[in-house]
Amino acid sequence: MTETTPPAAKASRPSFAAIMPRLARALTHDSRPPLMALGFCALVIVCAVFGESIAPFAKDQAHFTSTLMPPAWTEQGNWPFILGTDHLGRDMLSRLIAGARISLMTAGAAIFVAGILGTLLGLIAGYVGGWLDIVISRLVDAFLALPFILMALALVAALGAGTANIILVMIVTNWARYARLVRSEVMSVKKLDYVTLARVAGVSHPLIILRHIIPNAMQSILVLALLDVGRSIILESSLSFLGLGIQPPDVSWGLMLADARSYLMFAWWTAAFPGLAIVATVMSFNSTGDWLKRRFDPRAFL
Amino acid sequence: MTGALVSMRNVSVAFGPASQPVRAVNRIDLEIEPAQIVGLVGESGSGKTTLCNALMRGLHSAARLEGSIAFAGRDLYALSAAELRRLRLSDMTMILQNPMTALDPMFTVGDQLQELIGERGVSGRQDIAGLALAALKRVHLSAPAMRLKQYPHELSGGMKQRVLIAMATASKPRLLIADEPTSALDASIQDEILFLLREARDRDGTAVLIVSHDLGAIRRVSDRTVVMYAGRIVEDGPTAQIFREPRHPYTRALLDSLPRIEGDEVTMKAIGGQIPKLDSLPAGCAFADRCPIATPQCLAEPPPERVTGQNRTFCWEAQ
Amino acid sequence: MILSRLAQAAVTFLLLTFLVFVLARLTGDPAPLVLSADATLDDFAFFRRQYGLDRNFVLQYLTFLSNLFSLDFGNSFRYRVPALDVVLAGIGPTLKLTGLSMLISGFVGVALGTFAAVSKSRVVDFTVNLVASIGQAVPSFWLGLMMIILFSITFPVFPSSGYGTAAHYVLPAVTLSFFATSSIIRLTRVNMQEALKSDFVHMERVLGLSERRVVLRHALRNASLPIVTYVGLQFGLLLSGAIVTERVFSWPGLGQVIVGAILNRDYPVIQATVLVTAILFMLVNLVVDILVVIMDPRLRS
Repeated sequence: MTETTPPAAKASRPSFAAIMPRLARALTHDSRPPLMALGFCALVIVCAVFGESIAPFAKDQAHFTSTLMPPAWTEQGNWPFILGTDHLGRDMLSRLIAGARISLMTAGAAIFVAGILGTLLGLIAGYVGGWLDIVISRLVDAFLALPFILMALALVAALGAGTANIILVMIVTNWARYARLVRSEVMSVKKLDYVTLARVAGVSHPLIILRHIIPNAMQSILVLALLDVGRSIILESSLSFLGLGIQPPDVSWGLMLADARSYLMFAWWTAAFPGLAIVATVMSFNSTGDWLKRRFDPRAFL
Repeated sequence: MTGALVSMRNVSVAFGPASQPVRAVNRIDLEIEPAQIVGLVGESGSGKTTLCNALMRGLHSAARLEGSIAFAGRDLYALSAAELRRLRLSDMTMILQNPMTALDPMFTVGDQLQELIGERGVSGRQDIAGLALAALKRVHLSAPAMRLKQYPHELSGGMKQRVLIAMATASKPRLLIADEPTSALDASIQDEILFLLREARDRDGTAVLIVSHDLGAIRRVSDRTVVMYAGRIVEDGPTAQIFREPRHPYTRALLDSLPRIEGDEVTMKAIGGQIPKLDSLPAGCAFADRCPIATPQCLAEPPPERVTGQNRTFCWEAQ
Repeated sequence: MILSRLAQAAVTFLLLTFLVFVLARLTGDPAPLVLSADATLDDFAFFRRQYGLDRNFVLQYLTFLSNLFSLDFGNSFRYRVPALDVVLAGIGPTLKLTGLSMLISGFVGVALGTFAAVSKSRVVDFTVNLVASIGQAVPSFWLGLMMIILFSITFPVFPSSGYGTAAHYVLPAVTLSFFATSSIIRLTRVNMQEALKSDFVHMERVLGLSERRVVLRHALRNASLPIVTYVGLQFGLLLSGAIVTERVFSWPGLGQVIVGAILNRDYPVIQATVLVTAILFMLVNLVVDILVVIMDPRLRS
């Protein structure tokens, strides 16, 4: 093609029709960063880390004279409680902020350990091969073949509820995906010439793994980890909602929703805000993960 | 010429911005007579397939048609979607280049054939089944009753092409467009497929526009040959005459590029140079920079139409 | 192919029985949970003998397995009836809810996905993507709570809990199907767009087949194979979702059974629920595999 300059675009206010494609691209094929999602992820992380110094009240501080206060902007609302209070008069916003810490901490810890465990097993399966590979691959298949909540419930039944056990449950339900991913990455990297060359040149196995295989697999692991944040938050909140997850006095979004169930009739805000927090957080981490996936591997979306 | 079945007037197919269009088909005039077999030849990229799609109203949505195409006296591009569908069901039909993927793999041959016959307005299970069987018999498919119950993946490429021809010709159309009907097939069955097209013409009076880069196929099957180059027609005339005494230097070069046996040796002469890019065509004849007899005039001015008998050639140097 | 699938499912199931067995034993002695506080040491010994807890680990597992094959999951600690009976009582409502949700998400998902694939509108494109990404992020129990606030409290149209009449199904089924619907829409659209680009679709259009037939009969049929497989996989997610959704709407199904059993440490019921659900899940996937083979003439022969 010769250089063809399109007719100079007339400066005008962008119409609705002109904005739509841009939004659509932003959700599908665009590789520009999803700024809103990144911003929200950052906000949640800040809440998780500095929660106590940001929150207007302590998460357990009950105000028995102002129980089930609606959000501040409604008629019966009261200003210090921006998002209202729950049945014990605890500030919703403060509890949401405190919940961010639990949700992110459990998800983060579980993903970190599951990622390392899965990566190690995947490396062993892919690099060593043989019967180890067969055993690990079978295990991975079995773990991925079952609805994860079943496994989670079976584990909770055995271990009991509580934060540490929830993390353990999430590790057990998550490691298999990393193992499968890393194994297939190792298999494809193994075929590449430079690994063969490195081996011929007498480079030791740990060094090959460290220098060549891990960096290659890192991008995919990172994407999977980001997408797992959403999955883990939903799993944790589901278990907590059932009363099988985080236990009071700890606070989590799922637990807040379990409390809210009894007050649906007259306090919609106790149910609405924790849920919105979950949805917004999960969507933000998901679209960040999707964006990274597109950046790393544009073919995945063609 | 009046009474032509297809009449294309100054037809172009343009892509890209209106200010600087790229024309895959460039200001073509072409008429097809009833019951005539017209062979369309040219290298790939010469616009043959685009021309067929324009004639079938099957152009890509980004393409723009300029000029007019009439079928049996009606402006093809003025038809409503329903009218176009009726036309395709009865009078105007096409078979695609690759028979391997042109049939729906999920349905039997009989299902697809009968569905089409039903869409053509035939009702009654018995009638439809009878017509489907007859259509397969007409294309000389072995064991036709069994084929009706088979799925496309159970048939060979040649059989599939026969089925497609059966589907296309069951309505005794007035025009059949065949885009490279044999290029995906074994050499051994190419002639049989071409023969089917001739038969359809002889039996039903169907005009056939057959596209091919295989000059031998065109020579064996067509009454008339149209040679395209860079989106334009360069020569158009009776097949026998064109193959015997081509008038356009490009046609001559094309014929020379066919392998031929001289004594003990097989020789072929490739055409030197490159096909010009469609977005940077010269002001004059598109073939000028590869033409052995080009003059300064050829480079500067578009070639005139030179008519001799039934042959028309677009060349300054043609006698 | 089906045989190897069966073998694979059997291996997975065996692994699961082992896992379930180990987990149950991990928690130690159930006797104190079951027996009353004034039980004597003899009572404990009797209980252990009765449930085979005094034998060694491998033997216990083998007994567990052989009992499984005679459909004996042991007695519920809590209700003193066979655990399987407790599970079977809950399975009907759960299957009805899950099945209905699967139907809803299948039909709505395929219909909207097809519409999105045929439509050339950017607005539709955008909406589909938005719905899909929201659908992946909304926990079903929260959606359920919002539905109750909206359709049972603010506009009292449907009952918020209970089981029995058709109206009781509306909110739980819609809630449960939301996640699956959004992902089926997405998958259908991608597959339909792919199918509509194929040669035979072009051929059929050129031959004059009506657009309705081309899209709904031919393209959809070709796009349906991966969709059917996917809907089968969604069944597992729907079962998982049902456990939580049932809690929201007080639906008397497996979810209530297993949550109650976990809170009361009723291991035989937990084991039975997990294994029965796993069998259901594997059965559905097996049926789907067979269905795909039946649907695809290329695999049939």
